[in-house]
Amino acid sequence: MEIIVCIKQVPDTTEVRIDPEKGTLIREGIPSIVNPFDEYAVEAALRIKEEMGGRVTVITMGPSQAVEALRKCVAMGADQAVLVSDKAFAGSDTWSTSYTLAGAIKALGKFDLVLCGKQAIDGDTAQVGPGIAEHLKISQVTYVQKVLNVHQDAIEVERGVEAGYELIETPLPAVLTIDKSANEPRLPSMMGTMKALKKEIPTLAAGDIGVKEGLFGMEGSPTRVKRTFTPQPRKGGRMLQGEMEEVLNELVKILREEKIV
Amino acid sequence: MAISINKDDCIGCGLCLDSCPYPGAVEILEGIAVITDKCVECGACVDSCNAGAIEFEEGKRETGIDLEQYKGVWVFVEHRKDRIANVTLELLGEGKKLADQLGQQLSGVLIGDNVEDLVRECFAYGGDKVYHVDGAVYGHYSTGPYTAAFSQLIKKYKPNIVLFGATHDGRDFAARIAVRIYTGLTADCTELTIDPETGLLNQTRPAFGGNVMATILTPEHRPQMATVRPNVMKKPEPDYGRTGEIIKFDAEITRKDIFYQIKEVVEHTAKTVNLEEADIIVSGGRGIGGPEHYHLIEELAEILGGAAGASRAVVDAGWVPHYRQVGQTGKTVAPKLYIACGISGAIQHLAGMQTSDFIVAINKDPEAPIFKVANIGICADLHQALPYLKERFKELLG
Repeated sequence: MEIIVCIKQVPDTTEVRIDPEKGTLIREGIPSIVNPFDEYAVEAALRIKEEMGGRVTVITMGPSQAVEALRKCVAMGADQAVLVSDKAFAGSDTWSTSYTLAGAIKALGKFDLVLCGKQAIDGDTAQVGPGIAEHLKISQVTYVQKVLNVHQDAIEVERGVEAGYELIETPLPAVLTIDKSANEPRLPSMMGTMKALKKEIPTLAAGDIGVKEGLFGMEGSPTRVKRTFTPQPRKGGRMLQGEMEEVLNELVKILREEKIV
Repeated sequence: MAISINKDDCIGCGLCLDSCPYPGAVEILEGIAVITDKCVECGACVDSCNAGAIEFEEGKRETGIDLEQYKGVWVFVEHRKDRIANVTLELLGEGKKLADQLGQQLSGVLIGDNVEDLVRECFAYGGDKVYHVDGAVYGHYSTGPYTAAFSQLIKKYKPNIVLFGATHDGRDFAARIAVRIYTGLTADCTELTIDPETGLLNQTRPAFGGNVMATILTPEHRPQMATVRPNVMKKPEPDYGRTGEIIKFDAEITRKDIFYQIKEVVEHTAKTVNLEEADIIVSGGRGIGGPEHYHLIEELAEILGGAAGASRAVVDAGWVPHYRQVGQTGKTVAPKLYIACGISGAIQHLAGMQTSDFIVAINKDPEAPIFKVANIGICADLHQALPYLKERFKELLG
C-alpha cells in the first residue's frame, strides 16, 4: 500500500510567551516542531504499513529548513521524504497550498492513501486536507479518531463529530485527516535517527510537479491578509479572599447579578 | 518576494521586527531589515514602518469574475434531529446585519431529507429566502452529496457571501466547496464586518494559538466564504410572523458524488459532551486528583446545564476521553462562562478557552497562571468547593 503523509513544520506555539511590559509576543528562540496532529497521521500511516505492507512517504511544502521536520518523520519510520519547495510557492493560502500538494502527490505516482493531521496549530484552518482531496477528486474523511479495518481497496474509520462519532467505510484512494485520539505517536528510535540523518531528501519545485502558472503561490491564492495584530491580552480580574463558603457565596452572587447563571 | 524593503529608506529601527507575528521572518542585518524565507507575506510589517521602507507588491490578478453578478448573503443551515444548530441561528443573526449593510438579501441553505419544518425557523431568525434541497441522499450529512449540492447552488445563484458554522461538518465540506468553486475560505472567524469603502467582507480570525489576530479578504473571487466559530455571534430573537421565498433546488448527484458509506452513527450517552455549543463549561485539570473525582466536574456542569471539559494533562493521563479536551490539541471554546477547576493554565489550554466571556478559576495554588486570565479567582480545594457550589446552584436553579 502506498501511503503519503502531508506534514507541516510549525513554530511551537506553546512556547510563545508574552512580554509582560510591552504586551507583545516574544518570538526569539521559539523552536520549530512537526505539527502535533501530523505526528498522529505519521503514526497511523506506519501502523497501516505494518499491517498491510507497502511504503510511507512523507511530504511537506515549505522553505528549505522544513527538511528537519521531514527527518523527524523518517526517524519515526517513514520510508522516504520529499520536500516541495519553490520561491514561487510563497504566500500560498489554503487553496493554492492544497493545489500544490495535490500536484506533488500526483507527481509521486500511484498512491492508495493520503493522511494529514486534523489541522496545523499555527493556522488552525483544517482546510488543506479536504482541499487536497478535492484537487485529487477522491474521497475524504476528516476528524478520524480511530482507524479500524484496512483492506486493499477500502478503509473503515471512526469520524468524530460533536455529538459522537460516525462509523465510515470509504473506498481507496482517499484522504484522511487524523485527530489526536487515533493513536499514540512513537518516539524515533536511535537507529531511526541515524538513518534519518543520512537520508537523502529530494526537493520538488514548481517545474517538477506539473502545477499551472497562476494557480500556486500568492498569485493562485484567492485570499489576502489585510492586516494582523496582537489581541489585547486578557487581564486577570480579582481574587476573592476569605473563608471558602463565604467566597463561593460571593461568586454565586456575582454570577447571578451579571446574569451569567 | 511580495514584501520588499527599500534599503535606502530603512533606518534599522526594528519596528517591523516587533510587528511580525512569525519567528525569524524578518531580521536586522547590519542595520537594515531583511526579509527571510520564513516570511509568509502577511503584510503586518508594512503598516508598522515609520520610514515607509517596506512595500507590499500585490501580484497581478485578473480573475475575470464579474463581481457585480454576485449578490446576497447565504448561511448553511446545519441541523441534527430536526433541530437547527445554534451556530446557524447565530449566523442568521450576523448574516442579516451584513446583508442589511450591503442592501442585499439573507438566505438560508437547507439541505436534508424531509426537513421542511425547518424552513419556518430560517425565516423567523431573519432569512428572506430559503434554498431547499430535499432528498433521501441528504438524510445524514455526507461530504460528497452535500459538497455537490451546495456547489451547484452557488454556481447557479451566485451569492456574494457564504457563511458556515465552524463545526466538524461545516469545516469538512466548506473547504471542499471553496476548492471546487475556486474561491477563498477563511476558517474559524470570530468577527465579520463590511468594509464601508470597498464593500468587501473583513474576516477576522485568531491564529497562532490565539496569539495573533488576522483580518482576511477575498478581493477578486466570489463568493466570499467563511466558517465562523460557534458561540461568538449573538443569536437573534425569532419572529415567527416573518415569512419569505422558498426556492426548491434539485441537485444533480451521481454515483461519483457518493464518496463513502456511513455504516453507523453513534451518539455519546453522557449529556455534558457538546463543548462547542455549550453556554457554560466546567473543566477539570490535574488538580482533580484522579479519574474517580471527575464526577465532581460533570455534576456541576449538569446542574448548570452545561458541558464538562478537561485539560490536556487529564486526557493524556487517560482519566477522560479526548473529546472532552479543551485547548490547542483539543477543542476551542468560547462559552459565556468557563469554570476552570484544578487547571494550572498552560498556554496550550488558554489557547482553547481565553475568548470565553467570563472565566472563573478555582485552584489550590495561588500562583497558578490561570488566575492571570480569570475574571474571578478562588484559591480553594476543588474537592470541597465543587460539592458546595453544586448544592448552592441546585437550590437556586431547582
